[in-house]
Amino acid sequence: MLLTNLETVPGKKITRHLGLVQGSTVRAKHFGKDIAAGFKNVFGGELKAYTELLSEARDEAIDRMKQEASSVGANAVVNVRFSTSSVTQGAAELFAYGTAVVVED
Amino acid sequence: MEFLIQVGLVVAFLFLGFVFGQIAEKRHYKSIIKREKTYGRVMMFGAKFPDSDISARDASLVTGSAVVSIDYFKRFVTGLRAIVGGRVRSYETLVDRARREAILRMKQQADDLGCNMVFNIKIETASISKGAGKAIGSVEVLAYGTAVAGSETPST
Repeated sequence: MLLTNLETVPGKKITRHLGLVQGSTVRAKHFGKDIAAGFKNVFGGELKAYTELLSEARDEAIDRMKQEASSVGANAVVNVRFSTSSVTQGAAELFAYGTAVVVED
Repeated sequence: MEFLIQVGLVVAFLFLGFVFGQIAEKRHYKSIIKREKTYGRVMMFGAKFPDSDISARDASLVTGSAVVSIDYFKRFVTGLRAIVGGRVRSYETLVDRARREAILRMKQQADDLGCNMVFNIKIETASISKGAGKAIGSVEVLAYGTAVAGSETPST
């Protein structure tokens, strides 16, 4: 499964458009990590736990989008966009969407 | 007495934040500058793919993210700054660090894939911990783009 955030896949030709596909996930971090982040709050610096949360959530959303794309018979997703929102305190939604297409060399 | 303990705690946090915050920031900037030199070989474009003069293959999505928190001292100083208004330098360095770190991670991913160009770069300031954001004072940045292994074709 090829992913790009361009309107095409460079070096390949789009032969069919299969419509919008999406994937989303809502994740919460666990309590211990929240406390660790509180300490970091005094000293400053990167909050590794949050960075991890962000990238895990992103990967999960991408995976779900890929699943949807392959279920409609696509082999690439173009014009991928990400969007984030916080649904409730301590939990975050990550949303990925794009256009499923069939590409050929 | 209790009041004194509270004031003492605040002063201690301010001191700790000042010392460790400065050290952390300096170290982070040093590492950012060093890696920016290393991954300077990956070219970045805000534009979409100009297919006429560059031939490319192996396109794939690359992403990078970073969450950076401010220290207690800077947060305190920012609170004071908000009284008179003006430029908040302490937060400027915070967002700068987060953004450069996220871009670097994206470039690193592109480099690991053997790509030398990244097109259509989007930088988004995420809001994963918006609920807790007020208490934590952190910036979350997500950078993504399309990496390709490209080479310039001579224009005829």
